[in-house]
Amino acid sequence: MNNIFVYCEIEDGIVADVSLELLTKGRSLANTLGCKLEAVAAGHKLESVGKQVFPYGVDVLHVFDDARLFPYTSLPHTSVLVNLFKEEQPQIAFMGATSIGRDLGPRVSSALGSGLTADCTSLEIGNHEERKENKIYENLLYQIRPAFGGNIVATIINPDCRPQMATVREGVMKKEIVDPAYKGETKTYDVSKFVNDTDFVVKVIERHIEKSKTNIKGSPIIIGGGYGVGSKENFKLLHDLAAVIGGEVGASRAAVDAGFCEHDRQIGQTGVTVRPKLYIACGISGQIQHIAGMQESSIIISVNNDPAAPINTIADYVITGTVEEVIPKMIKYYKQNTK
Amino acid sequence: MSLRIIVLAKQVPDTRNVGKDAMKADGTVNRAALPAIFNPEDLNALEQALRLKDAHPGATVTLLTMGPGRAAEIIREGLYRGADGGFLLTDRAFAGADTLATSYALSMAIRKIKEYDIILCGRQAIDGDTAQVGPQVAEKLGLNQVTYAEDIFNVKDGKVTVKRRLERGIEIVEAPLPIVVTVNGSAPDCRPRNAKLVQKYKHAKTVTEKQEATADYLELFSTRPYLNLQEWSVADVNADVKQCGLSGSPTKVKRIENVIFQAKESKTLLPTDGAIDELMKELIANHTIG
Repeated sequence: MNNIFVYCEIEDGIVADVSLELLTKGRSLANTLGCKLEAVAAGHKLESVGKQVFPYGVDVLHVFDDARLFPYTSLPHTSVLVNLFKEEQPQIAFMGATSIGRDLGPRVSSALGSGLTADCTSLEIGNHEERKENKIYENLLYQIRPAFGGNIVATIINPDCRPQMATVREGVMKKEIVDPAYKGETKTYDVSKFVNDTDFVVKVIERHIEKSKTNIKGSPIIIGGGYGVGSKENFKLLHDLAAVIGGEVGASRAAVDAGFCEHDRQIGQTGVTVRPKLYIACGISGQIQHIAGMQESSIIISVNNDPAAPINTIADYVITGTVEEVIPKMIKYYKQNTK
Repeated sequence: MSLRIIVLAKQVPDTRNVGKDAMKADGTVNRAALPAIFNPEDLNALEQALRLKDAHPGATVTLLTMGPGRAAEIIREGLYRGADGGFLLTDRAFAGADTLATSYALSMAIRKIKEYDIILCGRQAIDGDTAQVGPQVAEKLGLNQVTYAEDIFNVKDGKVTVKRRLERGIEIVEAPLPIVVTVNGSAPDCRPRNAKLVQKYKHAKTVTEKQEATADYLELFSTRPYLNLQEWSVADVNADVKQCGLSGSPTKVKRIENVIFQAKESKTLLPTDGAIDELMKELIANHTIG
């Protein structure tokens, strides 16, 4: 009882990365709290889910397998979680800050009257002293998230209501197997005891979900382009460099909004968080919301014709120049030196 | 039966254009430095409502907003674009509400409005980016929800067909009314204000605003009833004050910090052939690339 629960998103029997990242975080918090980590899988054809999640340190996997639970619709998945949580009384519950998690989380939190914090960038365990009541709350979940367009960071707590719920975006937490042979228990449920037939009222008529085309999150080298790159044509230079040195192209929100680059390459608080070995920031001024998504890169090179660009303060190398003059030279000298 | 639509809209500080004076020296947000605007995705929701009204003669669009007295501006902005009326939920007891307490208050106001087929709102507000209020209002009212809507095609035989824009694709769903639909920023922009409607409604005021109105206009409010904007308090919507505002909020803000990034010692290079040649050699030598 009072364990940590993670709702797993599953598409074609494959557990989403964001869920595995949350399991990794959940495992480490469960160790701190001395409780168990439990995963919830709701969908259809879930035979291989156990194999996928147990290595992340899952102690109990709750399986709700029913053809009607895929594709996801709001009411049935809400009923699964609400009724399961009423039985199991988790102290913490996580889900991905995805189009599913952000549809499901608020509904579950409202039904249970518990607090939910969206898009957390950090989760920690700590105490809280309520001075007015002279009361100390021990081992609360600190839900840390940016607010006001990324200009401040707020630590949110839920002192009295359980579960303490949070959503996290893909790529924000690290994904790490704790033990490939980790032994967990699987509990299979009769879905009709959790979900009413009347919950299945939304008909999904058409559905086109594409596999993520880009893998910027996993790339050791990322060439990030900002508004300062200037045009879609100039972005081709970034793609050329990426192809030559073996990396992926990412972009700031401003560059995506300007149409220079596709949305799924956006890096930052409202995109993905990346931690490559090398990040080459081209024409990126360095708004907080972008820096938050790439500051943990091992080496940062900033190419910017403004020597005072804020991103330069966190860069290891600053090249004061334009993208058009610097990138072709990088390609040329990389080729020359690797011959 | 004509279609009854409620649009939930929020007045928000414009966090997209945060200038240097937006933060006070003590690290708190200087709200006065940020202009108050109609939450962008709520405008997308309003447009969807107005399109439904265009397509279904006799349909009505009612705005509902919660906030301080100045949020009456949201209702006027809606009227200027073709909405039929609106309500402002305003009470000190609503202050400090998190998403759950906000949803409770809105749901009580919707119960008071009583008759509705579709409740529309933006996917999320730019001051919090949580996307929680829409689904939570739906849950509080026991209604179904469709989130991330980009287009509402068809309302027929008590059902609505909606195109959803998801992270990696699209979905078209059919759901029965009544329903809560949250609208994505990728949906069409809201139409501009209509000059005739601006003329008609520019003096529309709430009870509180009327107290500040100049005497010349006071007569208008009795001859033109549509200029009277309704204000509702906690008591007016029969809400339980314990479930409103700060006391009704399970989440508490423990701490607020400014964002400060660890500055590094950086090496500055000129874009010369020699410097870039050296840099590439260094990155290859330490196995960063290659």
